[in-house]
Amino acid sequence: MSRLELRHMRKAFGGLEVLADISLRVDAGEFVSILGPSGAGKSTLFQLLTGAEHGEGEMFFDGAPLDDHGRHFAFMPQRDALMPWRRILDNTTLGLEVQGVRRKAARTRVAPLFAEFGLTGFERHFPAQLSGGMRQRAALLRTVVQERDMLLLDEPFGALDALTRAAMQRWLEQMWRHHRWTALLITHDVREAVFLSDRIYVLSARPARVVREIKVPLPRPRHPSGAEARQASLLEAEILDILLNLQPSKGHDHD
Amino acid sequence: MVSSSFNPRQLAGFFAQAAPAVISIGLALVAWELYANYSGIKPTVLPAPSRVLEQALVNRDALLDNAIPTIRATLIGFACSLSAAFALSMLVDFFQPLRRALFPVFIVSQTLPLVAIAPLVVLWFGFGLTPKIMLVALVTFFPMLVALVQGYEATEVEIGQMLRAMGAGRWRVFILARLPSALPYFFAGLRISITYAVVGAIFAEYAGAAKGLGIYMLNAKNNFRPDLVLAAVGVSAALTLVLFGLTVLLQRLAMPWERAAGRQAAGKGPQA
Repeated sequence: MSRLELRHMRKAFGGLEVLADISLRVDAGEFVSILGPSGAGKSTLFQLLTGAEHGEGEMFFDGAPLDDHGRHFAFMPQRDALMPWRRILDNTTLGLEVQGVRRKAARTRVAPLFAEFGLTGFERHFPAQLSGGMRQRAALLRTVVQERDMLLLDEPFGALDALTRAAMQRWLEQMWRHHRWTALLITHDVREAVFLSDRIYVLSARPARVVREIKVPLPRPRHPSGAEARQASLLEAEILDILLNLQPSKGHDHD
Repeated sequence: MVSSSFNPRQLAGFFAQAAPAVISIGLALVAWELYANYSGIKPTVLPAPSRVLEQALVNRDALLDNAIPTIRATLIGFACSLSAAFALSMLVDFFQPLRRALFPVFIVSQTLPLVAIAPLVVLWFGFGLTPKIMLVALVTFFPMLVALVQGYEATEVEIGQMLRAMGAGRWRVFILARLPSALPYFFAGLRISITYAVVGAIFAEYAGAAKGLGIYMLNAKNNFRPDLVLAAVGVSAALTLVLFGLTVLLQRLAMPWERAAGRQAAGKGPQA
């Protein structure tokens, strides 16, 4: 039985069809990516999952129809959404506070995780005093400490510079190996999807449908060198081909 | 974390920043002094700044006596307007249709000329504190309301989405995200409104009062004492500046993360 399963999800805003037909599943302890062109409606999919929007189709969690959205998912939005007025420690406890955990208890639950997330010594800093990578790690800490069944990561590294992004991807892969979170990642970065995922769903441009499901057979830990790197590159090239062939043909006029 | 320790470099920087303003004001005063002394103009028309200062010192008891009711009217009126603006801003934030119903009324209230309204309010409510409070509230209420409502709207969309995904209801979202997001707007509104508040109080007194800087100015003018009018103007300017300074201080205390961000921009923060 899958942890999460979507069957033929559709969503339109007014007359604009955003999701045409999305069926996918995520198993427990699996890292799955949704890869698609910008503006394909990937974030809309997360809004359906978190209950911010309602669409047609069926959603199941552990085999039961998904109704109480908040209970299952910990959501990490694009950019870090850290509150500038809260110190890092108090930003990371936010989800627990909303759950009704007392501030002091929440702090003692979060504090031991700071070392693992590379944030030791920055508990009392404000977000503006941290680098982009550190802010993103704080945002992930805030997400995982909620101890939900599943992580929803919406292009978490999209706003970072290329070098920091590569470092964060390696760090996340390592963290994932230790914790085996069930995770669904939205991205338009092919390399990121291949590097992090067990499986990848490739979406078409809007209105989005699943055009391909790809298993990533690379062993973990993922090494960015040697024979595996060549295997990864081939897979990336294949996926990139699929994505580029989806683009409307008028784009070629400018080449 | 050095935050409030004395820093001589900071102090030197402050003086370097203030120097141009001090010099230009000083030059203007010198020019005024020379013109008043050597152009043959009568002191009952244009008194020299030295004479204004001298007369201000001679009449300091009367000035102080009249400043206190003005300060009282300003602060009480402003406190009333602030509470009302805060309560209404929350209502408007929770019930959007209210905004469309109420904002046109408030905009109209801002188009009323104070010159016409002040004497009427005094006529209706007498020479006491009430009309002053009402006029101060009238000129400061709307800027504060707009600042707060805009501030709530400035909440980062993703913070709201995230909180709702965490299971937070509207009230929690308001307390945790919308209210703190509005702080910079609130203080910007506060700085503008506090200057309006002093002007509003003085205008109300001008229209009719037993005591106050406004009525003091009117009486001095009628007695052909422009030096005392200007002395009272100086007192009201000083009052406004002090209140303005207080809002800046309050903002620093209420928003410590702003200064933290400033230090980071100056290159003293961690890099990783």
